[in-house]
Amino acid sequence: MPALLSALATITLPRYYHSEIVVINDCSADNTRVIAEQYKATVLDLPINLGIGGAVQTGLLYALHNNFNIAIQIDGDGQHPPSELVKLINHYETTGANLIIGSRFIKKQGFQSSFFRRLGIKYFHWLNKVFTGQSIFDSTSGFRLFDKKAIGLAAAYYPDEYPEPESLVFFSKAGLTISETPVVMAKRNGGQSSIRNFASLYYCIKVTIAMFFSSIRKYS
Amino acid sequence: MARIQIITIIVSLLFLFYIARLIIKGRLREEYSIVWCTCTCILVIFSFWRNGLAVMSKLFGVFEPPNLIFTACIFAILVYLLHLSVVASSLHKQNKQLAQDIALLKQEVKNLQHK
Repeated sequence: MPALLSALATITLPRYYHSEIVVINDCSADNTRVIAEQYKATVLDLPINLGIGGAVQTGLLYALHNNFNIAIQIDGDGQHPPSELVKLINHYETTGANLIIGSRFIKKQGFQSSFFRRLGIKYFHWLNKVFTGQSIFDSTSGFRLFDKKAIGLAAAYYPDEYPEPESLVFFSKAGLTISETPVVMAKRNGGQSSIRNFASLYYCIKVTIAMFFSSIRKYS
Repeated sequence: MARIQIITIIVSLLFLFYIARLIIKGRLREEYSIVWCTCTCILVIFSFWRNGLAVMSKLFGVFEPPNLIFTACIFAILVYLLHLSVVASSLHKQNKQLAQDIALLKQEVKNLQHK
């Protein structure tokens, strides 16, 4: 966290961007709040543990209420190097897509995750193709840029558990354009993945069901 | 009146009384009590009307009257469980929205205090 925040603070954004760092504290047991305040980040303290989806949505709600043009989701465990953030913004400016995903697998650089995890990600790639017709290689990536339209949609509806692959179905159903850009990711340097052992089986089943229902649900 | 009839009538009435008490004390919401009251009323009716079960079984075309009880009870329980899952899901959603609002409001309050 401290390393991440200091890197974020020193990052230079292209031209006219005005940035704000928002840390979502989802009932963390460590002194997240104190550290985040040292780096002058805005802290949103959730009173109860909501899990990743609820936490990400909180950040997006903040972005919506404060009229942000873009919001970038970045993991707190150091998996997403802040230096790669500029790539997302550049890609956003060139393509103008509503949702930009930082992908590990387009250029196959940096940390590539374990074999089984990659297998799972391949499976989701295939599922996504089936449900949305789009080819997204890193559908589980949580390194994402939301534009105003995507912020508004996700603030209204965002899945709770393991939201990444499912939300892609939702976004493409809603008519958003999704684009991927290669980034280099690091190995997480703290905490545990939310997806381990038997939980991974549950993860696969849950996400498959969720994606299926997202694809047939009508969004008005 | 057979002994078993008296026992079931007393138990059913006690159950009904307990449900009423829960509602009065505010520990059970009325909308959830409807199911329980109906079930108890049915129990009371069948305690008085001994032939009722046989008549009902014939009506539904069930050969063994006890099978009708099991089928009907299990079906009712399943429907009610599903209803409770729906209630839990909506509570979950409302809980999440409340937590998010609290987090955003806390931050806003803090902002105002610093000004």
